[in-house]
Amino acid sequence: MSKSYDIAIIGAGVCGCAAAFELSKYDVSSVLIEREPDVSMGTTKANSGIIHAGFDAEPGTLMAKYNVKGAAMMPKLAKELSVEYEQIGSLVVAFDDADQKTLGELYRRGIQNGVNVELIGKERLHGMEPNLSDSAVEALWAPEAGIVSPWDLCLAFAETAVKNGCELRLDSPVTGMKRENGVWKITIEEKTIAARCVINAAGLFSDKIAEMAGAEKFEIKPVKGQYYLLDRSQGNVFSHVMFQCPSAAGKGVLISPTVTGNLLVGPDAAAQLSRIDFGTDKNALSYVKERADVDTDAVNYRENIRNFAGLRAYSDRGDFIIGPDNKSENFINIAGMKSPGLTSAAAIALDLPGMIRGFGLEMKPKNEVVTTRKKVRFASANETERKSLIAKNPSYGRIVCRCNTITEGEVLDALHSPIPPKTLDGVKRRCGTGMGRCQGGFCSPLVHELISRELGIPYEKVEKEKAGSYIVTGPTKETGK
Amino acid sequence: MKELTCIVCPKGCTLQVDEKTFKVTGNSCSRGSDYGAQEVRDPRRTLTTTVILEGAARKRLPVKTDRTIPKSTMSACAAATNGIVAKAPVKAGDVIVENLLGTGVNLIAGCDMEIRQ
Amino acid sequence: MRMNLKKVQLAVIGAGPAGMAAAKAAWENGIRDIVILERGSVPGGILPQCIHNGFGLHRFREELTGPEYAQRDLELLKQTGVEILCDTMVLSISPERHIDAVGKESGYQSFTADAIILAMGCRERTAGAISLAGSRPSGIFSAGTAQRYINIEGYMVGKKAVILGSGDIGLIMARRMTLEGAKVEAVVELMPYSNGLTRNVVQCLEDYNIPLYLSHTVTKVHGNARVSGVTVAKVDEHRTPMTGTEFNIDCDTLLLSVGLIPENELSKTAGVALDPRTNGAVADENMQTETEGIFACGNVLHVHDLVDFVSAEGEKAGKAAAEYLKNGVCEKGGFILVKNGSGVGYTVPQRISKDCKKPVTVFFRVNRVYKKSEIFVTDENNEMMTFKRDRMAPGEMERIVISPDKLKGCKIITVGARTVSDQGASV
Repeated sequence: MSKSYDIAIIGAGVCGCAAAFELSKYDVSSVLIEREPDVSMGTTKANSGIIHAGFDAEPGTLMAKYNVKGAAMMPKLAKELSVEYEQIGSLVVAFDDADQKTLGELYRRGIQNGVNVELIGKERLHGMEPNLSDSAVEALWAPEAGIVSPWDLCLAFAETAVKNGCELRLDSPVTGMKRENGVWKITIEEKTIAARCVINAAGLFSDKIAEMAGAEKFEIKPVKGQYYLLDRSQGNVFSHVMFQCPSAAGKGVLISPTVTGNLLVGPDAAAQLSRIDFGTDKNALSYVKERADVDTDAVNYRENIRNFAGLRAYSDRGDFIIGPDNKSENFINIAGMKSPGLTSAAAIALDLPGMIRGFGLEMKPKNEVVTTRKKVRFASANETERKSLIAKNPSYGRIVCRCNTITEGEVLDALHSPIPPKTLDGVKRRCGTGMGRCQGGFCSPLVHELISRELGIPYEKVEKEKAGSYIVTGPTKETGK
Repeated sequence: MKELTCIVCPKGCTLQVDEKTFKVTGNSCSRGSDYGAQEVRDPRRTLTTTVILEGAARKRLPVKTDRTIPKSTMSACAAATNGIVAKAPVKAGDVIVENLLGTGVNLIAGCDMEIRQ
Repeated sequence: MRMNLKKVQLAVIGAGPAGMAAAKAAWENGIRDIVILERGSVPGGILPQCIHNGFGLHRFREELTGPEYAQRDLELLKQTGVEILCDTMVLSISPERHIDAVGKESGYQSFTADAIILAMGCRERTAGAISLAGSRPSGIFSAGTAQRYINIEGYMVGKKAVILGSGDIGLIMARRMTLEGAKVEAVVELMPYSNGLTRNVVQCLEDYNIPLYLSHTVTKVHGNARVSGVTVAKVDEHRTPMTGTEFNIDCDTLLLSVGLIPENELSKTAGVALDPRTNGAVADENMQTETEGIFACGNVLHVHDLVDFVSAEGEKAGKAAAEYLKNGVCEKGGFILVKNGSGVGYTVPQRISKDCKKPVTVFFRVNRVYKKSEIFVTDENNEMMTFKRDRMAPGEMERIVISPDKLKGCKIITVGARTVSDQGASV
């Protein structure tokens, strides 16, 4: 007997999870289907974490519309869902005439899109950013841009959706789809489920899902971007998100503080065939550093703690692909979600109930819904709060991640959260363990032990992230070796 | 003639050792000639490893051979420590295995381990 | 166990060999209120997982394993009233020596110390620090973390390993992995020489026929979920990989032994001045930092090779802290600045009190391999003394002893190194 739902959302990245969050406020049954062992493991896992103000998108596009709406929603959303977010503003910096022309164009777009933008001159610019190169002559200042933790936002959406009754199916790659007797039959390997309507938020694989569904064709082209993530000691080189203008050398890179106080430098943009290769390479990283050096020489790259790569889901349409499909019934796309995808996710979700009503489904708001989330963060708590936490639960007194001051209590909270992680990286995304300067050198064995103990997983079966990413092979000193 | 690097001090002199007479040249001191001769005649090493530990806060007990064993038996002796279970309490120097693999050498505990549930 | 600490005379941060030696020395010099704050569940620092031999040859005239060495220190401490608070992590230290620490059982501790000895040791450099390229599978460990899994947790980290870095930790782990049944395919070293002790190259690599690739590096990691192999290439004199020299090694594990960094986060919260050459505090010959009442010793001050010298440094710090607690600030006459000259990467101490009356041991490292050579010390005008050496290498910390009469009237001294040929000295 296969299960059936009103709504099936395919893809638990930030767009799919925002959709699940919004739709969980209505009296409909929903399922969020994800191929990986955890949410937030595709494009959402590795990106710049920027909430764009909205001046970059071409006026009249869906990108412009949803970017501006989404950015405006962030302060309240972040507060209610306890997501790390800071409205630090962004500066697009000009170094020459060509750049200044670009600024003019961005300014015009910003005004048309209804964004708070201002062109500022050299003196004010250097007053705001003393480490910026003297060659910088002008900048576009957008105070409403911000930084956020993309996986924290994604998890907040997903956990709250689950609390409201949305079912989450992880490790569930969709292998086929068929419209039959007025419902969608969705095959997940050997299983089949039914849903009255489907939302395609499958990111890097959204074109494949659309194809399975017989929807209007589009193509996703993965574009990789590589980054440096530097130690907190570099976190105050700049106070705002620093963008560059595109030049003959290519698109500029950004330099930005992160919500954890680190410094992010990157990304470049390189098209690739693979949708799963998140590897880094030295040439791309050299390019990133070269471009970043134009802004400042104050960054000490010896303080680099990690390089990583993200994969953007570019579509061949040039804009977001959002809305009910023209060919397939009861099928909504949220696809081609390259930048400003993260910024737009919450705003797009708001339009979904209307689209689903258009399919003939009743969308009645639930009487009792959870729309907030609380999260303990020992590192940002003050002395009184810390003492009270430890008094309540001594586990908050045991520091597990030295670099980021993260406690056993927080790891236990994560392991008993609505979407319990089973892997080291799952705990990392929820708590921040292993994201610091030692990159898990100290905390990995401790977190490993906690996962094994709390979830009853045999020690050698605990994995790093993907299926098959075992950490240890087995106990030492076994006989018969 | 065997050539090897002396490891007695950081100088690392290159030694030439006659495999019949065990006479050593190239050394800068007498410790070097002793080492060279021994290393060619009968190379020996101390084995350090762990054994399973029960009843303590830690799951493994560091152990070592209380004297050197022939270098050729190192891997076999290491394998022979598999499956051995020590039980807390343990004191540093306690004999965990007598006459390891017939070498005449004992495997002893490296540190104290108290009983802990 | 003491809870709700309000004030202690001497707080030592870290119960590794440096901290334990410092606490013992402070006790022996008359201080009676000493607490060591240790984040681990047992004292010993990194020693409990260093189950191999080679510790204590200088200090105890015996060859001990890490746990045995730590046991000795613990036994010496048991004869005193020094208290060790385990499972307690210091979160911050203020310049006025106010300490905030947390522990599962000890709760939140907030108290002031009349003197503090920093002995937090060091951490390992990561894949990010060397911008290791390629995929992100599981199976990449820093050598110390792998050592912890194997020796403390009791789990094997892999079956077929490549080790990047031939410092002592990498060499030791090559042997450890082999003796636990793994196949170590290669040790890959960027420099043209191994940074570790020759005895370790012999006893850890040659004994087991593990190939050592000098002047090579890992250029790419392969594998989707778990490591499946690495690409290794030769490097030129600028340490740049040379195209055309690449070859692949199948493996399921990559250990990184690419350097240690003193762990000075707490020193920063205390406003203690750090030296970018050592990544540790600026210290004088008494291990006093530039912040009054705060001392530093061991790997947190500069990365050592031999634990015996870590203990000696701890003793100096403990003794000096005791003097400070009894008699206040000693060095009233200002400091002689110690600079690193050609061939020398750094010196500890970085300054010497002008009124020092005892011989001063200056530790330093050279920044390349020297064969027949000499160390020279100059003041602003003249070369004051030279010390002959047959061999010096960056992987082996050097020391010279300078008598106080030589330092009279000096403002700045420089320690340098140069090659000596039969024709005379040259850089």
